[in-house]
Amino acid sequence: MIEIKNIWKRYGDNVILENISATVKEGEFITLVGASGCGKSTFLKMLLGTETPSQGSILLDGKPIPSEPDANRGVVFQQYSVFPHLSVLENVVIARVFEKTRLGFLWGGAKRAARQEAAELLNIVGLSHMQHSFPDELSGGMRQRLAIAQALILKPRILLLDEPFGALDPGIRADMHELVLDLWRKHKLTVFMVTHDLKEGFHLGTRLWVFDKRRVDAQAPNAYGAGITYDLPVGACEQELLDEIDQSLAVKSQVEHV
Amino acid sequence: MKRLINFTPSRIWRIGLALLPFAAIILLYISASDARLAENAADKLLPSFSQMGDAIQRLAFEPSKRSGDYLFWQDTVSSLRRLGLGMLIAASLGMFFGLMTGALPVLNASFAPLLTVVSLVPPMALLPVLFIVFGLGEVSKVALIAIGVTPFIARDIQKRTLEIPREQLVKAQTLGANSGQIILRVLIPQLMPRLIDAVRLSLGSAWLFLIAAEAIASTDGLGYRVFLVRRYLSMDVILPYVAWVTVLAFTIDYLLAQLSRFAFPWHAQQEGKS
Repeated sequence: MIEIKNIWKRYGDNVILENISATVKEGEFITLVGASGCGKSTFLKMLLGTETPSQGSILLDGKPIPSEPDANRGVVFQQYSVFPHLSVLENVVIARVFEKTRLGFLWGGAKRAARQEAAELLNIVGLSHMQHSFPDELSGGMRQRLAIAQALILKPRILLLDEPFGALDPGIRADMHELVLDLWRKHKLTVFMVTHDLKEGFHLGTRLWVFDKRRVDAQAPNAYGAGITYDLPVGACEQELLDEIDQSLAVKSQVEHV
Repeated sequence: MKRLINFTPSRIWRIGLALLPFAAIILLYISASDARLAENAADKLLPSFSQMGDAIQRLAFEPSKRSGDYLFWQDTVSSLRRLGLGMLIAASLGMFFGLMTGALPVLNASFAPLLTVVSLVPPMALLPVLFIVFGLGEVSKVALIAIGVTPFIARDIQKRTLEIPREQLVKAQTLGANSGQIILRVLIPQLMPRLIDAVRLSLGSAWLFLIAAEAIASTDGLGYRVFLVRRYLSMDVILPYVAWVTVLAFTIDYLLAQLSRFAFPWHAQQEGKS
């Protein structure tokens, strides 16, 4: 479904991503891991349409992917994904409102139907008791559940998750993993999830991409960009290999943080 | 004994402490006024409260001998009408320009620098121009308030628009929204409480423009009255009028704050958090 052909991303002299190629089939769940600042979020933004590759192309069903976000590609960010001025229910309803009206206001029967649909979706993500609260009254985990419900009401083909659970407690994170896997199976989505937590990548999804620099010039650290150094089917590879990747990334991120 | 920075007075103490400076100022005034009046009963500089009461009684509750109007109320209504009209125009225009230059990069490129320059023009210096163009009537006074306040509100709203996280705009687009829908459903509702804040902040300068315009050319209004009676050294009228303007300004500010709280409950929560 998605074909990525030799894409590069540069900002001036800094090469962020170099020569990435891949093919993704409908229904895959791809986890993107890598050290912080390695360009995995930039890659996700290119899929989303808010960034364009400096070179190369991304094809969706054989056509260049639109360079502007649209309803085919849902997204959940780490924060600021929901609208603070709308109640939980309205946050989900608004997607249907955008779809069905020109100015963004829905009335009468159509409004009731949209509210009904949104309420059902909120029930699935476990927020039905908070329908009339505002996002600022929710906990971090609840806000992300809301963001997911909001992203799914229009049934996008692709769901992009940019470190969606980075700010959550481990226990809540496990619940969220369940929820995402569940929704992914039910709605037959194609999911790309960026995370810096390799463990998340190991047991979520079907495919793991590791972003890392293939070559490093110590005198000019930004001269080479990151590529996909590992492309692994999750579940079919050995634990030792995963440990090895974990090690190498851990060392890198330590070096970068010093 | 707690450290001073940890010492928070209880509710009752807090009210008492808040009233204390007001009481002190009033007492100080009364004693100074009494001392001056004891020396010279015709002193006009620090009138007693009963003299001020008489003056207001005369202006507010007895028809004027010359025109038959109740001057105090007539002044209040005229001033509030000018202020309200001016602020309404300023808020509408400010919201429009601020939103457009904040939301649409094309308009930002062409109009944001102009807005910055215009906001630096001192409005008072334009007053003669307004008098020449619009005459000495109501229009020029309302126009001064509108011209003085609009750039401030527009720049504030522009800044607030740019502060709304990009993620929300991207999210709205992934939900299929077009530019118009994003402006109407995402930006404007979030900017309304900020507009109220901007109006509250600019009310001080609006009063300034109002009183200045009334002082120069008018036949009624609170600013007109205090500048008129200055010729007779009528402190017994000026002081209550100044107090009345303060009360009006405080009340308007309070009402706007309440409006914001009731109409946009989510905004108060956000403020509480950050």
